[in-house]
Amino acid sequence: MKMNIAHRLMKVRNNVNTDYIISGRYKFQVRDPKELAKHVFEDIEENFYQKINKGDFLVSGENFGCGSSREQAPQALLAMGLRAVVAKSFARIFYRNALNLGLYLLECNTNYIDDGDELEMDLSGGVLKNRSKGLNIGFKPLAPLAKKILENGGMIEYFKKHGGLTIEPR
Amino acid sequence: MRQTIAEKILSNHAKKELRAGEVAITEVDFCLGQDGTSSLIIESFGKLGAEKVFDNSKFAMFIDHSSPSPNIGVSEIHKSMREFAKKHSTRLFDVGSGICHQLMLESGAVTCGDLVLGADSHTCTYGALNIFSTGVGSTDLAITLASGKNWLKVPETIKLVINGKLPVGVYAKDIILHIIKDVTSSGANYKALEFCGDAIKRLSLAARFTMANMSVEMGGKCGIFEADEKVLKWLKSAHARKKPSPVVADEGATYENIKEYDVSNLVPQVSLPHEVDNVEPVGSVAGERINQAFIGTCTNGRLEDLEVAAKILKNNLVHPGVRLVVCPASRGVFLDAAKKGYIDIFVEAGAAVVGVGCGPCVGTHNGVPADGENVISTANRNFKGRMGNPNARIFLASPATVAASAISGKIQDPRNFARRLKR
Repeated sequence: MKMNIAHRLMKVRNNVNTDYIISGRYKFQVRDPKELAKHVFEDIEENFYQKINKGDFLVSGENFGCGSSREQAPQALLAMGLRAVVAKSFARIFYRNALNLGLYLLECNTNYIDDGDELEMDLSGGVLKNRSKGLNIGFKPLAPLAKKILENGGMIEYFKKHGGLTIEPR
Repeated sequence: MRQTIAEKILSNHAKKELRAGEVAITEVDFCLGQDGTSSLIIESFGKLGAEKVFDNSKFAMFIDHSSPSPNIGVSEIHKSMREFAKKHSTRLFDVGSGICHQLMLESGAVTCGDLVLGADSHTCTYGALNIFSTGVGSTDLAITLASGKNWLKVPETIKLVINGKLPVGVYAKDIILHIIKDVTSSGANYKALEFCGDAIKRLSLAARFTMANMSVEMGGKCGIFEADEKVLKWLKSAHARKKPSPVVADEGATYENIKEYDVSNLVPQVSLPHEVDNVEPVGSVAGERINQAFIGTCTNGRLEDLEVAAKILKNNLVHPGVRLVVCPASRGVFLDAAKKGYIDIFVEAGAAVVGVGCGPCVGTHNGVPADGENVISTANRNFKGRMGNPNARIFLASPATVAASAISGKIQDPRNFARRLKR
């Protein structure tokens, strides 16, 4: 079975802002998400993108995604192949943007996840399984609307499916 | 039910009584995008299969983040914005107009009691006009552009009571940096801030915009002020597109927290690299060598900010080791500053006055620092790499502190120019 690995940012533990995710230098001129992905975290940990395999997890601390409203941040993380971002808390605009694009964000205690640990997300059980440590880590349940948006692969599909905006999804 | 300002404005726009924690679909009075976010708005709008915008008088785009364009990639984005605006007959503020937030405030597009969504995190600036305005991403903006609505969770509110009379040389920027240090970068995450107190009443609108603008640096969803006579006067002179209906909090509304500050003895504050809440009194960093000083942005690029800087710079020269970049927030600000002689003062002092817009704040052009350099700036963010170079350090301060530092070549307490700053 393919293992999905946890990747931790080592130098910046909390308050990882969207400028760090993708710098303004690139987001204003590069439109291809795959190209943007090559510059993710460049200012704080160079060549980070090279470590990521499809389905992997990014792990961080408090207030992940603070700062600017750039949707290129979750877009580039998705284009890198990440399955989900796991953090103690998320900044508001980033949270909405990730939801809208279909990137899973799991809010939980990340103290017991080390760089390189093997993780598995159990959405129905509401736990993140740390296979390397034999730990089940409960994450904050997703709001019903958030869950529906994610199940549809993002806000655009959700909107199209429901013929508009609704908070009482089918 | 007793409600906060945020609860009331959201209730009015959902047409049902809401309290903190509830999720609702609300009408949106105005929405906007800038050149860093609009290409994705246009893309998402297309993917939604939307054919027309919900109301072409309630949307505007602004070319301000990289304006004029520094390269071909940006030029293509600008071109797509112009094409979209033409096709849908929506308003576009092109190169030379200024920063979206300043133009939104000047143009009368929004008024008290409104609910505004902007694809820019500093959309919270209009809170100073008693508006629930908040930043969203491009897809959220596209949803609103197609439907006139969006879903919002009603935030809890933190009330900030700010009293006292500011000493000479100390400004709204110092107050908000001081508050950010206390609340921290995440302390208001998902929450609304309500600013009140006698110190706020005394502040000009420009000063209140500076404070509302930085609400997001604490994670705030919005930062709302009451609508006093100064607000109503501003709206009148901006020819607001509809009659203002001020919203006040109910006596006994529920607050998540109430914090009180007295600014009577506040000293100038500086935010140190690389996090906005890393704030210290100017004394603790005074003497730090600087290579570049920047006055401008949606935080501090208004006439009043340029006036303070001009008072300090008049008949002085920028230190030979420093480049001073000045970027007025809008065409109107630039014209007024020219009429008042401030632009002459800056140019005579040796500053580079650059075209209106976001300037070097977002690191695309107009003053990217070199490796190992220190910058002191009136902007709102000092993240590593923010101005285009991860190997430079950014300090944030008031226009007075930045102007004083530009002359000195090192971080300087503006109270040393107190004689010039007497109010």
